Amino acid sequence: MEPILQVQNLSISFTQYGRGARQVLLPVLRDLSLTIEPGQVVAVVGSSGSGKSLLAHGILNILPYNSHMAGEITFLGRPLTPKRAEQVRGREIVLVPQGVTYLDPLMKVGPQIRKGRRDQAARQVSRAVLERYGLGADTEECYPFELSGGMARRVLIATAAAETPRLVIADEPTPGLDARAAKRVLGHFRELADGGAGVLLITHDLELALSIAHRVAVFYAGETVEEADAADFTAGRLRHPYTKALWNALPQNGFVPILGAQPGPGEVGEGCPFAPRCPKGRPECLGPVPYREVDGGRVRCLYPEGGTA
Amino acid sequence: MKHRLLFTGKKLIRMALLLLGVSLAAFLLMSASPLDPLQTNVGQAALGTMSQEQIAKLEDYWGVNTPPVERYLGWLGDFVRGDMGTSLLYRQPVSQVIGQRLQNSLWLMAFAWVISGVLGLTLGVLAGANRGRLVDKIIRGYCWIISSTPAFWLALLLLVIFSVWLGLFPIGLSVPIGADAASVTLADRLYHAFLPALTLSITGVANIAMHTREKMGDIMENDYVLFARARGESVRSIVLRHGLRNVALPAITLQFASISEIFGGSVLVEQVFSYPGLGQAAVNAGLGSDLPLLLGITVVSAAIVFGGNLIADLLYGVVDPKIRRGAARK
Repeated sequence: MEPILQVQNLSISFTQYGRGARQVLLPVLRDLSLTIEPGQVVAVVGSSGSGKSLLAHGILNILPYNSHMAGEITFLGRPLTPKRAEQVRGREIVLVPQGVTYLDPLMKVGPQIRKGRRDQAARQVSRAVLERYGLGADTEECYPFELSGGMARRVLIATAAAETPRLVIADEPTPGLDARAAKRVLGHFRELADGGAGVLLITHDLELALSIAHRVAVFYAGETVEEADAADFTAGRLRHPYTKALWNALPQNGFVPILGAQPGPGEVGEGCPFAPRCPKGRPECLGPVPYREVDGGRVRCLYPEGGTA
Repeated sequence: MKHRLLFTGKKLIRMALLLLGVSLAAFLLMSASPLDPLQTNVGQAALGTMSQEQIAKLEDYWGVNTPPVERYLGWLGDFVRGDMGTSLLYRQPVSQVIGQRLQNSLWLMAFAWVISGVLGLTLGVLAGANRGRLVDKIIRGYCWIISSTPAFWLALLLLVIFSVWLGLFPIGLSVPIGADAASVTLADRLYHAFLPALTLSITGVANIAMHTREKMGDIMENDYVLFARARGESVRSIVLRHGLRNVALPAITLQFASISEIFGGSVLVEQVFSYPGLGQAAVNAGLGSDLPLLLGITVVSAAIVFGGNLIADLLYGVVDPKIRRGAARK
């Protein structure tokens, strides 16, 4: 089957003013690749500041004006040009943002879901999607400040379900929710995938991501360091040392911390950004490191675990 | 509803205290003024030809020998009883002088207020929604030039161009010279009020437009605008549906706060156009040591400005759902 979304060698950089009037190009995402098949939930996992949200904004072409994007994005087999992105966003590609601040504070929920349409059909749709997520018709008359955190999250999912999306991009949909509410919210995304859409789940929470995702892409300092099946994690088939460290840092897996901190944008050289913290780092890791297939997954490492160098 | 009443009650008490403070401050300034009322109003030459008796009478009339505390308390006592006293310069009850003058000024200020509000909001929204683009640069440039232009100078400029060179508008006053009061039409009044009102509008626009631009720019950077874009809403729809809605609250504050600026501006502009409004009367009263009139004008204008802010606060409660629904739930 044709993949829903294919991202190849995507890079995003920002133009900034350096010393004086000199403009500096600051790379924040580098050489990023990702594939989402129909019905699949692909989680993008990385710590804060790894550039995850920019990926979502890049796909939707809503990056700030001082940014620059390179690489290829293919949506349903055709290139996703800026013009096409404008046409499909909010219809075939929908974004489910982080929280209640993404709703207009002075507009009632109903009109926000309907995007300004007032016809009977739109009203029926908005009522139906709210009901689908366990919200009564009275929610339509609420202002965002009257919603609880969980309700707001479900309203945001309802805005996505009110369309007929082929790709759902969920940007950190769970922070601030207790474990049960978070599970339920993630369950809603799984439902959307089961309906045939592709879901791109952007999160920093590896554990929650693994509970619903089919595949996981791990971000580090603006690069994908590994793409693996969700099953690879429990089976111990991880390839990249960072992924392994992330997995081992989970409470139930030993709670093992590693030293150092993720380098910020502009602080990364040509080589592997993880090399300075890597237990197996070698001098050649500071040179170019290709992204390659290993064992049914992909990894950006010269000496992956379980692979041959 | 009870909440709203309580809120209004508190505000009214605050207003009474404010007016007391403002009148006291005006009185103290007036007392500290080095101007001698007799010399200013009667003139040195005339004083020299008068007898001591006549001078004493005049001193009595202008209250030169009454202690300040007594003068202020006397004025305050009468004011509380609803008597604003008699103007020393116009020899009419202060309330009557203010009434007439206010009528003239109100035309002017209402016109300027509406024009600067509507135009300022429109320009501000346009500039804020297109921050950094050409439209924004033009609007910003206009606002900077106007903000750094003194109102009286602009008034002189307009006077020179439209009245002196082009002869399109009268050189001053609020009605035709020498016309019978009964024969003055509304058209005459508007015709005379046009240039002063235009001056006030032009200067008022800059302030409102720049503030609105700032608010609108902030709104356009908000998460909900980003989300609206992600949902495929056009820029037009975002500005109309989300921008205007969210800029409404700060715009209300700005609009009503600008009353005080227009009031202040009108003092200078009326002077230039010899327009017999409240501002001109205030200047006359101040220079002529007409204490009752000056205090009366001060208190009335403070009350109008305060009233404007009060209306803004009350409108907030109607417009902002957080206040409206929050209060209803209590």
